[in-house]
Amino acid sequence: MPMDGTAAAPAYLRITDVTKMFGDFTALKDVSLEVNEGEFVCFLGPSGCGKTTLLRAIAGLDIQTAGKVEQAGADISALPPAERDFGIVFQSYALFPNMTVRRNVAYGLENTKMAKADIEKRVTELLELVGLPDQGDKYPAQLSGGQQQRVALARALAMSPGLLLLDEPLSALDAKVRVHLRAEIKDLQQRIGVTTIMVTHDQEEALTMADRIVVMNQGVIEQVGTPQDIYGRPATAFVADFIGTMNFVPGSVIADGRVSVGGTELTVDTEGRAPGTVVTVAIRPEDVAVHDADMSSENAFEVTVQHMEFLGSFYRAEIGSGAFADHVVQADFSVNLVRRNDLKVGGTTRVSFPPAFIRLFTGDVR
Amino acid sequence: MSGAATAAAAAPGARIKPRMGRDDWIMRGAMVAIGLFLVLGVLLPLYTMMSKSLEDSDGAFVGLANYVEYFSTPALFYSIYNSLWISVLSTVIVLVTAFIYGYALTRTCMPFKGFFRMVTLVPLLTPSLLGGISLVYWFGNQGVAKELLLGESIYGPIGIVIGSSYWVFPHALMIVITALAVTDARLYEAAEALRASKVRTFFTVTLPGAKYGLISAAFVIFTLVFTDFGVPKVIGGSYNMLATDIYKQVIGQQNFQMGAVVSVVLLIPAVLAFAVDRLVQRKQVALLSARAVPLVPTPEPVRDWSMFAFCSVVAAIIICMLGMAQYAALVTFWPYNLELSLNNYNFDVMDGGGWEAYFNSIRMSLYTAAAGTLIIFFGAYLMEKGRGFQGGRTAFHMAAIVPLAVPGMVLGLSYIFFFNSPHNPLNGIYGTMLILVLVTVVHFYTVSHLTAVTALKQMDAEFESVSASLKAPFYRTFLRVTVPVCMPAILDISMYLFLNAMTTVSAVVFLYSSDTTLASVAVLNMDDAGDIAPAAAMAMMIAYTCAGARLLHALLTRGLARTTQAWRRR
Ligand SMILES: Nc1ncnc2c1ncn2[C@@H]1O[C@H](COP(=O)(O)OP(=O)(O)O)[C@@H](O)[C@H]1O
Ligand SMILES: [Mg+2]
Repeated sequence: MPMDGTAAAPAYLRITDVTKMFGDFTALKDVSLEVNEGEFVCFLGPSGCGKTTLLRAIAGLDIQTAGKVEQAGADISALPPAERDFGIVFQSYALFPNMTVRRNVAYGLENTKMAKADIEKRVTELLELVGLPDQGDKYPAQLSGGQQQRVALARALAMSPGLLLLDEPLSALDAKVRVHLRAEIKDLQQRIGVTTIMVTHDQEEALTMADRIVVMNQGVIEQVGTPQDIYGRPATAFVADFIGTMNFVPGSVIADGRVSVGGTELTVDTEGRAPGTVVTVAIRPEDVAVHDADMSSENAFEVTVQHMEFLGSFYRAEIGSGAFADHVVQADFSVNLVRRNDLKVGGTTRVSFPPAFIRLFTGDVR
Repeated sequence: MSGAATAAAAAPGARIKPRMGRDDWIMRGAMVAIGLFLVLGVLLPLYTMMSKSLEDSDGAFVGLANYVEYFSTPALFYSIYNSLWISVLSTVIVLVTAFIYGYALTRTCMPFKGFFRMVTLVPLLTPSLLGGISLVYWFGNQGVAKELLLGESIYGPIGIVIGSSYWVFPHALMIVITALAVTDARLYEAAEALRASKVRTFFTVTLPGAKYGLISAAFVIFTLVFTDFGVPKVIGGSYNMLATDIYKQVIGQQNFQMGAVVSVVLLIPAVLAFAVDRLVQRKQVALLSARAVPLVPTPEPVRDWSMFAFCSVVAAIIICMLGMAQYAALVTFWPYNLELSLNNYNFDVMDGGGWEAYFNSIRMSLYTAAAGTLIIFFGAYLMEKGRGFQGGRTAFHMAAIVPLAVPGMVLGLSYIFFFNSPHNPLNGIYGTMLILVLVTVVHFYTVSHLTAVTALKQMDAEFESVSASLKAPFYRTFLRVTVPVCMPAILDISMYLFLNAMTTVSAVVFLYSSDTTLASVAVLNMDDAGDIAPAAAMAMMIAYTCAGARLLHALLTRGLARTTQAWRRR
């Protein structure tokens, strides 16, 4: 797996060849990953791909079948959860219903040798940190979902863990609260600098919050990278398709740097693929460029607008052309551009696929 | 889309052997201990009993000789037919009655529903013997309504069927009500929109919806009647049933081997009924999980008042059974001196154990409720919430289900064989209070266990994970979160155990000693000795105590709901 980030500091969390079996079913296959100190990492992938399984292996709640987990330099592969160093928040929050907010937050502290007054001080501090300074005497059932979520966060942070694990912490909330809390959690994480792993199936969540995203699919890691990396340079067709919208058009390599798509030749980095290799050309709708008729540029051709869907700030158009057989490609045109170029269904226009934004995947991956 | 990328097969890396923390050791230890409790309390005694059925009186292995003898003695094997016949008949009667009664309570606007529901709780407060005693006073040789039987004797099948129906009715009704309560109003709206007639709606919507509940109720009734000992003992006369045969073989003739054979014969249909029922119930899950709109019945005078009439008759019968027992207990000398007195409560002048038996019963029931609730709830917690140890937990769950399939008589006899053996190091508990508590906890283990499991399943599955992440030992979370949150279920379990310990006869009848006679056994023995009125009086003592306990339970539950309403969601 390609790793970026600083090479100097050793990784805070290192996962090596972790495999998890449930009976005959392999939920994780040889997963390796490194997380740096203070980093915010998101596990992103469709439901059932093994995100929670990996998180629970890191926590020791469901220990992996094989493979190594190291945290802060120590091998913790076989340790029970109570002997590891992490705080965790679940989708359900799992707040103790019969205890007030304060007692929930204090629950872990009360188990240490900390003096009572210090515990109370720390709880007050934590409640302030999550923005609930005066809800301490309420019971969880008396709070809104968003507030319960913050209490769960405060409780998880109470023991100042080295690692904060969040399993879909926002998915039980409604959209507005979710967007708001996203920013808050990220802000909180940056302030206290705790290494954080969050599981989510929501790409927007991952893209906005993570320092690095780990895209998973069917028990393996497809790609690890910054949000920009993952979005702009998806390593596999799965990542390309799962995150954002991507056009896929089949083609084949004809020479170094040249690919044929339905008879039209495109200039694109073929990354050393041999001529004749079957490939899939991928480009995002927003990367399809529109040109004025007289301009010439690379990978440009005449297309017919077959369909246009108004989406507020832009139009998503389906464009087709004799140039690449009968393949229909989606392209995003800003309202401004549509007005200026008088684009409409049935009309023609000149577009180009800038080589820098084209991704090639070997084989027909559609 | 792309499945091709995942070509690499799982590397055969070294298997991780999770290190057990302190919590894991304690949990596993406790679970093994409770598992051993079940092995000692159920499996080993049953095994001993079964092997006894293959031995002669000197303990030599004789293969199936005892069974051959059993099946070539018509007086013995004819009981199988009797037991089956009585059970099937009672099942039909009770199922139909309970269904109509339950329907009236859940699906009509019949007046006085609360009263009708309460009346049906009465039989749960009394030993099954009480129904039999009451029948003696109503229809016996000197019964007040003897003529109604047109010359037939109440001592025999008629009495057994009526008496059995009386005491199993509430058990069946509870299941039927639960089944009828789970319905979807939208189905009825759809039926109405399609202009289906009321009768058609009943047969196409109501009955299929309650199908699994009815099947389950049928199995419960059948098993209860088939294995019951109290009713046929009191009112069966010379009509032999399997459960009374065991008693006669063991207590009457000291023929333990034949007792063991009859036990096996009794055990087989009970286990079969149990197994079939569990298979059927598995299918029900899907039906229940759908979110339904509750049905609110609308008034329909003709239906509501016919239901009222029906329920009044059933309620009257139940009240007459209890009322007659109370009346008989107070009458000075039936039927010659009908003056009321408390003479029959002077238990100390009769054989059977006296007042000591009553107080023993209370002690035994309190111990059973306390120890049983503790063991059962904690066991269910370990099974449900423990981490890892999958094999052990599954095995434990299976062991916890077994007692439900074992009739009390069989369990009691098995205990004689197992604990009375001089080779058994636990032999010392034989004849003590401890063995009575043990057998009662085990006898009523399964229902309590399932109640606990249901309550635990409703708790967030991640409490244990969170508490481990906070380095809190599991027992702290158990005491501070699990127990308070599950308190209603815990109270239910202890109540269930207390009531059953007060009223049970079948298992303990083989195990009491002169120091540990019990009230329910005293009822049996006084009845046996012809002191029927004192037997009725003792049965009524049990009924008062159980009613008091229920009242206390209701108050506690209500108080608990009030003090915890701040954090409980409705
Ligand atoms: N305890 C379990 N037993 C069997 N299969 C499981 C268990 N937990 C998870 N799985 C399976 O492993 C796969 C990954 O699950 P999970 O990690 O929960 O997915 P997600 O990415 O949605 O969090 C799923 O197919 C799930 O069915
Ligand atoms: Mg998940």
